[in-house]
Parts: sequence; C-alpha cells; structure tokens
Amino acid sequence: MNLNIVPLKFSNDPLLRKLIERLSLYFEDVKVFYTPVNIEPSYNQLRRQYHSTRILESIIKSNPEGDGLFLVLTDMDLFVPVLTHVFGEAQLNGKFSIVSVCRLYEEFYTAESNPKILLSRSFKEILHEIGHNFGLYHCRNWECVMHASNSVEDIDVKGNVYCSECSAILTSKNIPHPAVL
Amino acid sequence: MRENRILIVDDEKIVRESLTHWFEEEGYIIETAENGNEALKIFSRGKFDLALLDMKMPGMTGLELLRKIKEIDEDCIVILITAFASVPTAIQALKDGAYDYVTKPVDPDELNNIVHNALESRNLRKENVELKKQIDNFIIPENLVGESPQMKKIIDLIQTVAETDSTVMLRGESGTGKELVAKAIHQNSKRKYFPIITVNCGALSESLLESELFGHEKGAFTGAHFRRKGKFEIANGGTIFLDEIGSVSAKTQVELLRVIESKKFNRVGGNEMVESDFRIITATNEPLEKFIDDGKFRKDLYYRLNVITINIPPLRERIQDIPILANHFLKKYSELMNKGVNGISNKALDQLLNYEWPGNVRELENTIERAIVIGKSDFIEPDDLHLKESNFQITNGFALNGDSGNSLEDIEKKYIIKVLNTNNWNISKSAEILEIERVTLYNKINKYGLRKIK
Repeated sequence: MNLNIVPLKFSNDPLLRKLIERLSLYFEDVKVFYTPVNIEPSYNQLRRQYHSTRILESIIKSNPEGDGLFLVLTDMDLFVPVLTHVFGEAQLNGKFSIVSVCRLYEEFYTAESNPKILLSRSFKEILHEIGHNFGLYHCRNWECVMHASNSVEDIDVKGNVYCSECSAILTSKNIPHPAVL
Repeated sequence: MRENRILIVDDEKIVRESLTHWFEEEGYIIETAENGNEALKIFSRGKFDLALLDMKMPGMTGLELLRKIKEIDEDCIVILITAFASVPTAIQALKDGAYDYVTKPVDPDELNNIVHNALESRNLRKENVELKKQIDNFIIPENLVGESPQMKKIIDLIQTVAETDSTVMLRGESGTGKELVAKAIHQNSKRKYFPIITVNCGALSESLLESELFGHEKGAFTGAHFRRKGKFEIANGGTIFLDEIGSVSAKTQVELLRVIESKKFNRVGGNEMVESDFRIITATNEPLEKFIDDGKFRKDLYYRLNVITINIPPLRERIQDIPILANHFLKKYSELMNKGVNGISNKALDQLLNYEWPGNVRELENTIERAIVIGKSDFIEPDDLHLKESNFQITNGFALNGDSGNSLEDIEKKYIIKVLNTNNWNISKSAEILEIERVTLYNKINKYGLRKIK
C-alpha cells in the first residue's frame, strides 16, 4: 500500500524527511503529494484555528489521483466544534486523514526545543490516524498507539506500535504495521 | 470496543457531526437528533446509556428535554452542553438529574473523561468481575529472572502487594532491578489498565521536579504556551513510580506528603484543584533512616511511603541466579542481533560466577550484550567479557576455571564455596541460602575437603 503525505501549511522539512524514512518501513511507497486545498472556509476567525473536518472535506472533494492513503500534515492548529482542539482526524475505514503538529512541539510547553520528542509524537499521531483509516477504534490498552490521546502527555505515555489485538485486526487485513506489544 | 449507545441532541448540524465522529472513533454507537421532539421519538425506540444535550435549542430546551428523558429512563446519563456557563442553570440541571454540565468549547480530555467516567461507573460491576479474573493470572516480567530463595521471596512479595493498594518502597543497590519490580507490581494489580509513570527524582532540579510532578498551567512561565499535565495527573488510575526518592528537596517533600494524603493538587501557576487516583511506589538506594536523623528527610513522609518494603539483594548475594540470568540475556541479545551464539564456555561462566558485580544485574546484562557484539565464536569466552580485575572475589585457593571440571559435583562444590565465602563461612546463613540443613552442609564441606582460607 502507498502513503501520500500532503503537506499543507507545513514548514518543518527535517521532520517530514524523518517521518517519510520511518513510515517507509511499513508502506510500499511514501511520497509527498502536493494538491491545492482551499483552507479559507475552514478557518475560524474567533478561535484562530482551522476546522479539521472541513479541511478533510476539501481534500476529498478535490479527488486527488493516486493509490493508497492520503495524510494531510500541517502546522495549523485544528479544532472541531465543541472541542478546544484536536491533534488530528481521520475517516474511519476511509483513505483520508489529517495530523497537526502544532501542539506537538515541546517548546510550547517547556520553552525547550526537542526534535526527538516532536518526531516521536508526530509518528504516533500518524499511526493513530492511519489506524482509523484501517478501521481501528480507540483501544483500551494504554500502551497501544490506538489509545485515545487528548494531551501530549498521553501521547508520550503510549507506545509507537499497535497492541496485539489491534495488530491482529491489521494482520487479518494484510496490512504491514509496527507491532511488538 | 465499547457497545454503549449515545444520543447527541443539538440543533447545529456541525456540532452533531463533530461529536458523532469523535465518539465513533471510541467505538460507541451514536444516534443524533436536531431537537427535543425528535430526540424523544428516537428515545422511545430504544435504550441509550448516555445523552449529550445542547442547552439552548429552538422549541424544547436542554433542561426540559433532560426532565422528559429522566421520566422515561431514570438510568440514562445526561450531560448538558452550553455555550455560556451560568451557575443557576448548572445547579438546576444537576438538581434535575444531569450527570454533568460542560461549556463549549470543551477540552477534549475533559469531555472524554466525563463520558468515560460516567459510563465506566455504570459498567463497573460487570468489569470488576472481569478484571478480577484477569488479575488471577500472575505475570512475571521477562527480565525478572532467578531461582534463588531471595528471588522467590521477592516474587511472592510482588504477588502479595500487587493485590493491595498500599504504598511500596523498593530498596536495593543500583542495577538490581527496582524498576522491574515496580512494573511487576503494577502489571499484576487492578491498575494495570492504566499507565505506570516513572519519575527519576534525582535527575531533576527542585523547580523542574515540581512542574514535572504537578504540571503547569498555560502561561505559568515564559514559553508555557499550553497547559501541561503533571506525572501525578497522567498516572490517574494507575501507578506512579518515584525513583531515587531520597534526593527530593525539603520543599517538594512537603508537597508530596500533601498530595499523598489528599490525592489533590494544583498545577504550577494554577488555582484549579486537580484530583488523581494513583498508587505510589518509591525506590531508593540511600540510607533514608540516617537522612531522617540528619534532618534531610521527613519522618512523616518516610512512614507514608514505607508501608511495605521490598529489599532487592545485590547479585553477589544470589550468585546461583548468575547462570540463569546470563543465559537469559544471551538468548535475548543473540536473537535480537541475529547472532548464532549458542552458550557460555565453562571458563567464561567461572569468571561470571567469581565477579563481584558492583553494577548488579544491569552490569551483567551489559556484559553479555557486549560479549555477543564482539564475540567471534559460537560460545562466549572469557576474553569477550572484559570484566575489571579489581572486582573479582578471592576464590579460596580453588581454581574456579574450566579446568576444574564441569560435572554436577564440580558445580555444586564451586557453588558451595561461593556461598560460604560470600557469607564469611557463616554455616547457618550459608545453609539457609542453600536451602539445606546445617548438618548437610557440614557433610558436603567434609566431602569436598573445603576449608576457610585465613
């Protein structure tokens, strides 16, 4: 299976390169895919955030050519109505997802930059959203990457692999994935 | 996957869609309604575990709908969502049977916690039975290896304390496996479905430790753009493991005592009281009792933390575990590095048995790992070990090397010598460690012609 990463208002090239390197272990081909997406309707002036569902709708509407999954990677701070923020969103059993790294930067919490932690958090969030694309729900196992995380601390605590139960579901669908739990 | 059913009632389509998507990812079964009348129709068709109602809707308000739902199904958990917080309305909602009341936009963590807690408490009775069944299967962590009486005693203690919620203090030299024991207690407790959070208290300065343990609010200091949860908060439901507890400053000791007693705390720079349900396990290699006498450690905190003590002996006091541990690490790293190392030569094993192991199990693991990396043959040889000469024990005149034979009797003889030397030829203590009668030990000393070298 292929993975198309769609950078959207995304400026961290070193992070992108590292993510491609790690994701290439599980996908036949990981490529950067540029497609025009109109993000203006998704911007909320009052909240100064972007509505993730609207962005996903825009990219689905644009019907990008290509096989595999489409993952939007962005620096934009995302929200869905009712909630203060989301780290990402995905189509359950679909092929589109979005991950924001905005709140994954350690400097926004402790004023100290840490590219290693940023990579680790981004990788986990990508695996998490892609997991939804593959039909996985949130998992109760706190070490599983499909465990729900609403804060960076939750992301840091969980592992970067799928637990045995989630892994079994992916294996039954012939999906290569990181799983050692 | 959960099978709880949730009804979402909101006049705004966008809100219904967002919440539906959010909760579907959790595995809940979701239905939606755009007003009170539609909600009641859906409600009449089937049972819902929880209803999320918007307070302000055209026609029937959230409060009116709450009352009607409660008339139909008193057990249904109702959570009201409003754009504007108002104390009188919130009080009225709770009086009318609402479980909680949240203001838009709500922190995802908060919403998830409210919904989870509400549903979990409802499912608690059923889950408790399931949890109890699963806890019955005692799990020993892979690296907690050993057949010595000391190790068996520790495993028994882990099993006993895991069932309780008592505070445990682990004592032992560096590298003896205190963190492994902490994890074993957690994994075998009812808290295993929540995380175990480790904090190395010795590695952090006083101010950092405070922020690390209790978290901080947005804007608490320059660069704190977002709120950060502390370790006590993350450990909610699970266990917090405080390593090197002896290095905690006097100020933090006071804070710790307060948190342990109340299970409540403030994030740094915040006024909101945060509650967390955690179990504490601590570890130290320091003489805390001396610290108390010197006024460096609070006595009241010591007694709070030291409800149950588990002493983990150094490796030199359980040498019969050395071959078992060495083979365990050999298998682990040989497979991990895909190297065909099949075993440890007799001479190398003798060296391992005669070494003091100041760095304990961790040092043994590193030694075996390094030996597998640099080793050229199928077996680990003495040259692969690189053990420090100064850390070898005096061997009582017996040449404990491969030339001394490898029969069962040879190994028994070597082992008895080691235990006797370790215990300064104290026959009672040595017999206890060997788990044999004193008279049997005397017989074996005579049989092998052993004598103490002055």
